[in-house]
Amino acid sequence: MATKKLSIICFSGDFDKLVAAFTLASGSAACNYQVNIFFTFWGLNAIKRKEGRTIVGRGFLARFFNFLQGGLQNVPMSRLNFLGASPKLMTGMMRKRNVATLKELIEASEALGVNFYACEMSMHILGIELKDFRPTVKEVLGVSRFLEYSEGGEKLFI
Amino acid sequence: MIHTIDITKEHCPMTFVKTKIKLAQIAQGDILEVTLKAGEPLENVPRSAAEQGFTVLETKQLHDDTYQVTIQK
Repeated sequence: MATKKLSIICFSGDFDKLVAAFTLASGSAACNYQVNIFFTFWGLNAIKRKEGRTIVGRGFLARFFNFLQGGLQNVPMSRLNFLGASPKLMTGMMRKRNVATLKELIEASEALGVNFYACEMSMHILGIELKDFRPTVKEVLGVSRFLEYSEGGEKLFI
Repeated sequence: MIHTIDITKEHCPMTFVKTKIKLAQIAQGDILEVTLKAGEPLENVPRSAAEQGFTVLETKQLHDDTYQVTIQK
């Protein structure tokens, strides 16, 4: 039987959209899909090695932008963000109702061998390198390599 | 060897994610007893395990809405 494959282009760095992306990724990987996530632009914030606000990147503007965006702990809700309070409140509600949190979904995706890839062009703009990401990020890719890796499977843009 | 996992408090996708991770950790031929709730987990965990080549040996009801699925790796 041919390998079933799901490739997600994770453009959004919003908390709720990241929950959707990693729920699909971990669930599909558990169902024996080969899962690829191509993180681009805002999505790169989800996979930064340092999860809080830190100064990373080459050049003043890149460092400023990266500091403002922060990492996984600073991802905003797409609606009703309330100055960053909503993701924390939502995480508390998820814990209370025994639903996997965003961090747990990311760790489950990693444990199940989901392939994380980072967008070369976005990294270049933001002045960040592969070493600035979680160690599970396998490779830095451009569009052509992503098309090659995702060929023959489902593709989703989140 | 028999292993156990309780996923009665988990929700999709962690029901089968945790089962899959546990199955990956145990040795070939070992048994995994999964305690789960009726509904989505009871429908999906045995089906997903069978699709991936594991052998579902038994499904038995423990309480009203709690079941135990026995899977062999």
